[in-house]
Amino acid sequence: MKKSKSAALERKKEVVAKLESFGLDLYEQMEKGVFPSIKMPSRSIENIRYSPEFRQYILGERKVHRSARNIRHIRPFTQLVWTAFFAHELAKHRKTSTLRDVYYSAQAYNMSFKDQPESNNIITDLETISGFAREDFNVFPEERSAIFGDLTIEYTVPGYEGKQLNLTSHPDGVMIGPALTSSEFAKTGADKVIAIEKGGLFTRFVEEQVHRKFNALLVLTAGQAPRATRHFIHRLNKELSLPVYIFTDGDPWGMHIAMVIISGSANAAHLRELTTPDAKWSGVWASDIVKYKLPSDPLTAVDVKRLYELQRDPRYEGKLWQRETKRFLKIKKKAEQEAFSRYGLTYIVDEYLPAKLEALEED
Amino acid sequence: MVQAFEEISAADFFYRNRDIAGFTNPSRAIFSSIRELVENSLDASDQSRIPPEIYIRLSFEYEGSMKGSGEVKAEDESLFENGFRGTEPKVYRLRVADNGSGVPARHIPAAFGQVLFGSKYKLKQTRGTFGLGGTMALLYGQITTHKHALVKSSTGGARIYIYKIMVDIPRNRPIILDRKILLNKEGWRGTIVEFSLEGDYAKAMSRILEYLKQTALVNPYANIMFIDPKGRLYKFTRVTTQMPRPPKETKPHPYGVDVEAIQRLIRVTPCRNMVDFMRNHFHRVGEKTSHKFLEFAGIGKTINPRKLSRERIVRLVKMMKRFRNFLPPDASCLSPISEELLKAGILKELQPEFIAFCQRQPSTYSGHPFIVEVAIAYGGNIARKNDLVLYRFANRIPLLYDEASDVSWRIIKRINWRRYKVSLDMPIAILVHICSTKVPYKTVGKEFIADRPEVKREVLNGIREAARQLQRFLTKREHVERERKRLSTFSKYLPKIAQFSTELAGKKRPPDIKKLLWSVKKYEEK
Repeated sequence: MKKSKSAALERKKEVVAKLESFGLDLYEQMEKGVFPSIKMPSRSIENIRYSPEFRQYILGERKVHRSARNIRHIRPFTQLVWTAFFAHELAKHRKTSTLRDVYYSAQAYNMSFKDQPESNNIITDLETISGFAREDFNVFPEERSAIFGDLTIEYTVPGYEGKQLNLTSHPDGVMIGPALTSSEFAKTGADKVIAIEKGGLFTRFVEEQVHRKFNALLVLTAGQAPRATRHFIHRLNKELSLPVYIFTDGDPWGMHIAMVIISGSANAAHLRELTTPDAKWSGVWASDIVKYKLPSDPLTAVDVKRLYELQRDPRYEGKLWQRETKRFLKIKKKAEQEAFSRYGLTYIVDEYLPAKLEALEED
Repeated sequence: MVQAFEEISAADFFYRNRDIAGFTNPSRAIFSSIRELVENSLDASDQSRIPPEIYIRLSFEYEGSMKGSGEVKAEDESLFENGFRGTEPKVYRLRVADNGSGVPARHIPAAFGQVLFGSKYKLKQTRGTFGLGGTMALLYGQITTHKHALVKSSTGGARIYIYKIMVDIPRNRPIILDRKILLNKEGWRGTIVEFSLEGDYAKAMSRILEYLKQTALVNPYANIMFIDPKGRLYKFTRVTTQMPRPPKETKPHPYGVDVEAIQRLIRVTPCRNMVDFMRNHFHRVGEKTSHKFLEFAGIGKTINPRKLSRERIVRLVKMMKRFRNFLPPDASCLSPISEELLKAGILKELQPEFIAFCQRQPSTYSGHPFIVEVAIAYGGNIARKNDLVLYRFANRIPLLYDEASDVSWRIIKRINWRRYKVSLDMPIAILVHICSTKVPYKTVGKEFIADRPEVKREVLNGIREAARQLQRFLTKREHVERERKRLSTFSKYLPKIAQFSTELAGKKRPPDIKKLLWSVKKYEEK
């Protein structure tokens, strides 16, 4: 526990140091009388590849060169430097910001971005250069997800430093926002993490005391898990050595929500520590639809197309994934998590979940 | 039933057919009257070589008398004019005064009281051509108001003559009502014409002002003053006293004569053999050409021209058209505006940013020499109206009506302007001037230039040449603009990069970027 306590603060320090050295590098180039320039890994499709070693997408060897000498580069270059400066200010004053906020703040420095995507893209540039995620710069997306369970955290945000909170204190769960993301883990009684795609089921699990019955931390991903949530799950797995189980709908989209938590996305190929390679997708599987005779809907043409795409995806090479995609295509059916309700409201907690967890532990 | 046959005079003909001379209706008539008299004045001062001072005054006399008369086709007018209908024609008094060469006393009555009498039938470039316009104006005034005209003129001698005249239309003769002779103590020279006419100034106003503006543009050495019926003064001031080289009178070119012309020459020639006849009466025909041609035509060199048979004369004309070795007409009989004067005029009236100019080499159509001048002006007071503005001139007079029928208009419409970096919403005016001993008008009213292939080619090439100059200007401007933008981009962003990285690095002073900014500038200048 003690070790992890310093980790969050250490990381903040590293981020600040990185930003400062970035500025110093540019400053020294200009002092030498040359146009400042930078090199960073290219994020173009051709330079993204899947690394079996890291079990996630990573960027290849190709680099892009950005120079203030180039008339087409100088504007995005300036925006990048400003963004670094802005992130540094945030870190210095221990403030947080959103992507939207960054877009508007730029205007105060007469540094307007053309539109939100342009500003988002520059932030991604900064992530690529520094190797830190935007959440490390205290820039958060608007979307939120939640966590519930026996974990006591200790805040590091100004005004709350040292203050502790047990995450069972609010039955709706605690939002995985900037304050939680930057907090230290003080102690936990849980021995596993269960991530759930949908809010309805998350609430049901809290009501049914799943956290107690299964000794688990419950995480609501609210659809595709935000980066902050993925990083948080990563930390739970890494710092607290908790195994992670992911529950999603039984369709290609639910499958992929689990996959992104496990192996990350191509969009985040420049970042590390967002993935949890050892996490397990625990359903709803295609085989569960058959085994539990779940009420189901036929796959749509889009679903089928998506399944074929996933079959070719390097992240889906594993036995389980190939088997389940094939099976979905075979039964041509999909089912939502709520489908278990046909056997009564508590069936999923009383019957399905224990059987599933047991099966997975044996794997 | 016996049909009645009768002969009518030239005046009678034009009285009956005044449409073809530009006197279609009250607003057109007032425009044409001013125009004909102003052009006479300009021609008169070209002869005297003194920069023209032209004073025009149009004043209201009384309400029109021809209300409801079938003579006035006011309803047609609404098709051409933008003024609102419902204004009844009124009677105006028009006075045009100039400081030109003046009309010799004995010619005054005929010059203003007889149709097709004039000094402009020679082969020389003039504005007027038929000796028709001035008299037509007076004739129109007479038939609409039944009043005489007043003409005052002096050639600068001891006397000033004042005539009160009317036109005897059936006989095409002037009627002199009164004649006064004054002593010319101050040595005044010039002509003043004053008469009453029915017209519609409200409708004609915009055309008249446009006409005067364009006249001032191609005659930048003229002072023109116009006082309109409301007492408003429009003044067009000269910017130069330099006048174009005067045109010389010339002999006919062999390509341009017909059988009748040869017969007329034979009647008056003093020459006793064909070699001399050819040499003396034709433009650009010398001893050598004369010999060569006669051999080519198979006509004896020693034949006395007076003895030529009709068949021979026809053959002579035919061979003249076929012979390829006549030298082209020279342009000494022409008086182009010249680059200097046209640019001065354009600068004065349009204040453009840039003027391209091209004067083509003299060329001929049917033996008539002509020169095309083209100018393209960009920016300044030229209106952006999603189309190029065309100003057409012939022998230094503006052509305002029937633009779409004009050869220049058609050429401009056919050119792919994008090739010259021109888009139609740019403020661009194209000026085309054709000067010739015989401008190929399609109508007597001098409205537009006919589609002669030779003329078309010259106009097209002239416009292309000027358009290329414009393209170079636009390209350069674009380049300068791009460069300015480039430098401003550097000087906008580089200081910011310096500022933000200074703060990130925790330094006190920003790095010196002056040298960097200077280096981008220098690089471009190389």
